[in-house]
Amino acid sequence: MVDPAAWTCPAPLRDQGVVVMGHGGGGALSAELMEQVFTPAYGNATLAGLADSAVLELGGARLAFSTDSYVVRPLFFPGGSLGDLAVNGTVNDLAMSGARPAYLSAAFVLEEGVELTVVERIARSMGAAAEAAGVTIATGDTKVVESGHGDGVYVTTAGVGLVPDGVDIRPQRARPGDAVIVSGPIGLHGVAIMSVREGLEFGVEVASDTAPLADLVAAMLAVTSDIHVLRDPTRGGLAASLNEIARASGTGVRLQERAIPVPDAVANACGFLGLDPLYVANEGRLVAFVPPSAADEVLAAMRDHPQGSGATLIGECVADHPGMVVAATSLGGTRVVDLPLGEQLPRIC
Amino acid sequence: MKYIDEFNDPDLARRLLDEIRATATWPWALMEVCGGQTHSIIRHGIDQLLPEQVELIHGPGCPVCVTPLEVIDKALEIASRPGVIFCSFGDMLRVPGTGRDLFRVKGEGGDVRVVYSPLDALELARRHPDREVVFFAIGFETTAPANAMAVHQARRLGLNNFSLLVSHVRVPPAVEAIMTAPACRVQGFLAAGHVCSVMGTAEYPELTERFGVPMVVTGFEPLDILEGIRRAVRQLERGEHRVENAYPRAVREEGNPAAVRMIEEVFEVTDRSWRGIGRIPASGWRLRDAFRAYDAEHRFDVTGIRTEEPAECRSGEVLQGLIKPTECAAFGTTCTPRTPLGATMVSSEGACAAYYLYRRMNAPAPQAGRATQEGVTPVA
Amino acid sequence: MCLAVPGKVVAIDDGADPLTGLIDFGGVQKQACLEYVPDVRVGEYVIVHVGFALQRLDEESALASLKLFEELGLLEEEFGDAWEQAAKEAGTA
Repeated sequence: MVDPAAWTCPAPLRDQGVVVMGHGGGGALSAELMEQVFTPAYGNATLAGLADSAVLELGGARLAFSTDSYVVRPLFFPGGSLGDLAVNGTVNDLAMSGARPAYLSAAFVLEEGVELTVVERIARSMGAAAEAAGVTIATGDTKVVESGHGDGVYVTTAGVGLVPDGVDIRPQRARPGDAVIVSGPIGLHGVAIMSVREGLEFGVEVASDTAPLADLVAAMLAVTSDIHVLRDPTRGGLAASLNEIARASGTGVRLQERAIPVPDAVANACGFLGLDPLYVANEGRLVAFVPPSAADEVLAAMRDHPQGSGATLIGECVADHPGMVVAATSLGGTRVVDLPLGEQLPRIC
Repeated sequence: MKYIDEFNDPDLARRLLDEIRATATWPWALMEVCGGQTHSIIRHGIDQLLPEQVELIHGPGCPVCVTPLEVIDKALEIASRPGVIFCSFGDMLRVPGTGRDLFRVKGEGGDVRVVYSPLDALELARRHPDREVVFFAIGFETTAPANAMAVHQARRLGLNNFSLLVSHVRVPPAVEAIMTAPACRVQGFLAAGHVCSVMGTAEYPELTERFGVPMVVTGFEPLDILEGIRRAVRQLERGEHRVENAYPRAVREEGNPAAVRMIEEVFEVTDRSWRGIGRIPASGWRLRDAFRAYDAEHRFDVTGIRTEEPAECRSGEVLQGLIKPTECAAFGTTCTPRTPLGATMVSSEGACAAYYLYRRMNAPAPQAGRATQEGVTPVA
Repeated sequence: MCLAVPGKVVAIDDGADPLTGLIDFGGVQKQACLEYVPDVRVGEYVIVHVGFALQRLDEESALASLKLFEELGLLEEEFGDAWEQAAKEAGTA
């Protein structure tokens, strides 16, 4: 599907030569790593779907399958821990295919010298999160690396779940006219993490939104099985998710900036750091592309669910400017919401 | 948030826009000097709401973007040295020097850290007496008091493992350089509000007199910017040219004398090169001799590093509104937001980067199967 | 040039060197150096850039600006003639 010989990206990866932090930032650099290194190397149609989870036919069943590594610092933060993210993140990746998550694996990379109580706290939070999400952690692995070769604890989880019949949710299915819905206020996780990050610390009463979304997705699918796209806007925030969807489907996205739910504390934290809330990470939110005929009902079902009580219509999918996300500003102008390059950085200018 | 929300009111914005539309009977080209204002203009789509007669030229006021290649190469060299903790404002990490950026140095093992304030860097020096802590002191007049205070404190505390790599720039000489360039199109300036919060407005009447251009001290929220434009256009329509303060809540005529005193204690005026523009006399600050011990260029002996700016980059002309970005041969080919040659492509608010982005918006649909790729083949 | 944001001084640490205070940016709190606004009081607003309060915000001026913007529209609605209005303002600008 991707022909590297026809690659027209203005800045090929070979210019970089080494991995930089931005390659893990969920933006353009991450996408390039995927498209220029992994996809050509693995070369198969399933991977080329570039969704949060792959949907596979296996033994007559449709299986959603996903994996993710968690390297957050600090390990514990307002509203959650590495353990919560490791479970909810993978549960949500599966849910974004419409699957009912069932089983997870958990692999730990521990750094020599880390206190066992820290590992225990993370394990316990994973157990609790798994129970809340209705999944079983069925298998695992542990490795230890020498002191100085890791950040204390890294966790990788993988998960599987069953996709109900008639459900086909993937980024390529976005169609002009689709309603774009976000399940609640954005930016809480990213701001909570930044507020406790070394060198940046600030006081704010914001907790991470980390939460499992599979049950919310089931409630949405109970309204209609014809949901086109679901995405959980983690790294790179809403902006990255919407750009990925626009590019995968060849459609445009038009946002009403005023409609996007940004809590005051998130807006103000972003204000003094010079960040844009649209680019800040979430861990318990989803963005949905829904056919216009079902939009009202889906929105109502979401609002009836605890994980979707703040659900809001924020824009629509359009045929114009394919591959691009454009926001109507509250003043009535427009701006391009581009794919972030890599990490969000506080700016001075 | 008080002082922000009120100045974002869409109804009042419409009134200001109506007023600008009614006032402007001739085409006028205004330059907003400050990168923060450019950011706000793009962020709120203000440029698209203005009447056709009012053109905004994005000025050279992003300290990150105008830091010359040579200084960035010095930063890369120092940051690569063992034992160094190199501290910088976040947006500086991505600005390319020759062949690499600070992110890359970090990727190769350099200890490069993002700090929010120069005082955070000072604190690192205090906590790591065995390491050399270097702060990348870039910025305009607004940032100078903060950086000056860091050095002042380092000397008071006897922190000899702290130094600054200084690339400070000043607004008035840049305005002069822009106005004296042949074929300059700028007819009025929105002066940078926060620079004036520190420096006051005393430097500007001479410039308005000499060049016959209005200078309106302007804030950063949408209503502030529209008010700056309104006043500049009104002066132009009346044939006037004087300094006006459209940001009185944060700018006093005398500025902040305590801050200016600190700047003068620590820094002295020097010539400086601006990325994409070239050398501008007296356009920067460097550490005074009394603070030479805190000058990273000397401490790490990188004064010999000399880098020429790429000749093909025409960002100087873009900055002066002489050419549109698309008229530059490098635009979209050798020069892109990922591989910028000059200031105007480095920052997402730079004129070239903005053009690049918006041209994509109007580009034809990507072909089937190519939709997941970044960008659209330039059609230049 | 310079991302500087308004915040409210909620506490001042007189003993700190340099003089430091806690600034509230609408629910977000961060320490800032107050050396350049040494006589600022708790409850006042300052404009903060890279951890330094650079200037006090003047409420009266802010209100006057907003009032001016509001009157702009009203005058225009009443008289419908921007030139006339511009001439009026000339005396006050």
